[in-house]
Amino acid sequence: MNDTIETYSRLQRILRSGQLAVTSECGPPRGSDGSVIAKKAEWIKDHVDAINVTDNQTSVTRLCSLAACIRIKQLGLEPVLQMVTRDRNRIALQSDILGAASFDISNLLCLTGDHQSFGDNPTGQNVYDLDSIQLLQTVRRMRDEGKFLGGDEIERPPRMFVGAAANPFADPYEIRVPRLAKKVAAGAEFIQTQCIYNLEKFERWLKEAGERGLLEKVYILAGLTPLKSAGMARYMKNRVPGMDVPDEVVKRIGGVAKEKQAEEGIRICVESIQRLKEMKGVSGFHIMAIEWEEKVPEIVEAAGLFPRPAAG
Amino acid sequence: MIVASKKPLTEIIASLEGYHKILIAGCNECVTVCEAGGKKEVAALAVLLRDRFRLEERRIQIDEVTLERQCDRPYLEEIRNVIDQYDAVLSTACGAGVQYLAETYTTTPVLPGVDTVFMGVMEETGVFGERCQGCGQCVLASTGGICPVARCSKRMLNGPCGGSTGGRCEINKEIDCGWQLIIDRLRSLNRLREYERVTPIKDWSRERAGGPRKVIREDVRR
Repeated sequence: MNDTIETYSRLQRILRSGQLAVTSECGPPRGSDGSVIAKKAEWIKDHVDAINVTDNQTSVTRLCSLAACIRIKQLGLEPVLQMVTRDRNRIALQSDILGAASFDISNLLCLTGDHQSFGDNPTGQNVYDLDSIQLLQTVRRMRDEGKFLGGDEIERPPRMFVGAAANPFADPYEIRVPRLAKKVAAGAEFIQTQCIYNLEKFERWLKEAGERGLLEKVYILAGLTPLKSAGMARYMKNRVPGMDVPDEVVKRIGGVAKEKQAEEGIRICVESIQRLKEMKGVSGFHIMAIEWEEKVPEIVEAAGLFPRPAAG
Repeated sequence: MIVASKKPLTEIIASLEGYHKILIAGCNECVTVCEAGGKKEVAALAVLLRDRFRLEERRIQIDEVTLERQCDRPYLEEIRNVIDQYDAVLSTACGAGVQYLAETYTTTPVLPGVDTVFMGVMEETGVFGERCQGCGQCVLASTGGICPVARCSKRMLNGPCGGSTGGRCEINKEIDCGWQLIIDRLRSLNRLREYERVTPIKDWSRERAGGPRKVIREDVRR
């Protein structure tokens, strides 16, 4: 495995022990009421090992990921700090990594981030000083060599378990495994994938990653988003770039009465987890219940992933 | 070439407020090729402005000239003898030309007649596409001759991102995914394996991040 250094991360400890990990995520509020984060974290805390906090996802301005992670940490829970390179240059990124480390935030997910044209400030400038792979290199250098990008020594280097995202469903497919290989080469220790609806395609990607020896280097957490309705399924299929929702999934959720669709969405999600559990190389699950965090416990329990390993 | 697009007429008219003798100065280089500010466009703009001012019963003199280049001082000198006859010059050169004209004639207001957009190519008549952002350190050797800085919306040097769909960019279905183009090209060159080389962090100080840039060529300097 790529993770040669033991960090303070509980997520890393669970993955190293060979148990299936469960992570989920909380989107920070569009305001300064930090108790919203605390409330969402409380809903899911007993059912997950770590909580991702999104970083201005879809480029919509929100309470910052780092502040929300600190709040989660102060509740005695384990955050995964998501960090996108869209909004901050290498000075700000390194600075925020140190800020996170100063609160012993032990998991970092390196992302490039959605383009700002999707969000509430489409006329804004973007940064993209680094891309996600270069952010991985940056944090690994800070951690492993104890050095800033500029070469100076860091006092008390950040000790973080470092991850990245992977989308097996985007185009061009032929470089999806090579791109994973690049992320692994750049230092990714865990991967959280795009939400999986097309299990066959995911399995193919996983198999090819295995053939390249990548699954011996990186923990793969399979991403899942329960569908709330047939409308959401269609939206994900047609409107969200890089999302692969097969027709049979849309048909299945559309085939039940409207008031039963949410329930069916949960059922699809749980069945998917059951199938993914059988796939070699799946080390855990990342459940992204978008603005539906309260459903995470139900999914985790129904999927036989409860109780979670004890913290500590 | 440097690609520019015409400014809206209302914006030009607003910028000319208070001036009575105006020289429209075109440029015979890039803006001629992209049909935004060459001799033909200067003539058309002059007709539109004269018509508009006549309708408004304003007595405004509009003259035309098109210089060989506005980014090169000897050509700017061609209007030295006449410049004082005008209250303002409306330059339809690129931003570089407008500025160089203004630097040359410090007492005459110089106004822009076009919006300068990018360095690019003519993809077909009337369609221009961006190709270069002048990052100061060309990476094309390792990307199959297709630039990730200019052609990826996120300037990803190790792309593509997860939003690439059917060869199109996540931000707009009309935009090609630059990384799809790079992959296609590397494949046709039988060099797809090069994709897996991690591109190191870029020195952006050679781009605009390093402040206004200068190229000094001692070998050709006089």
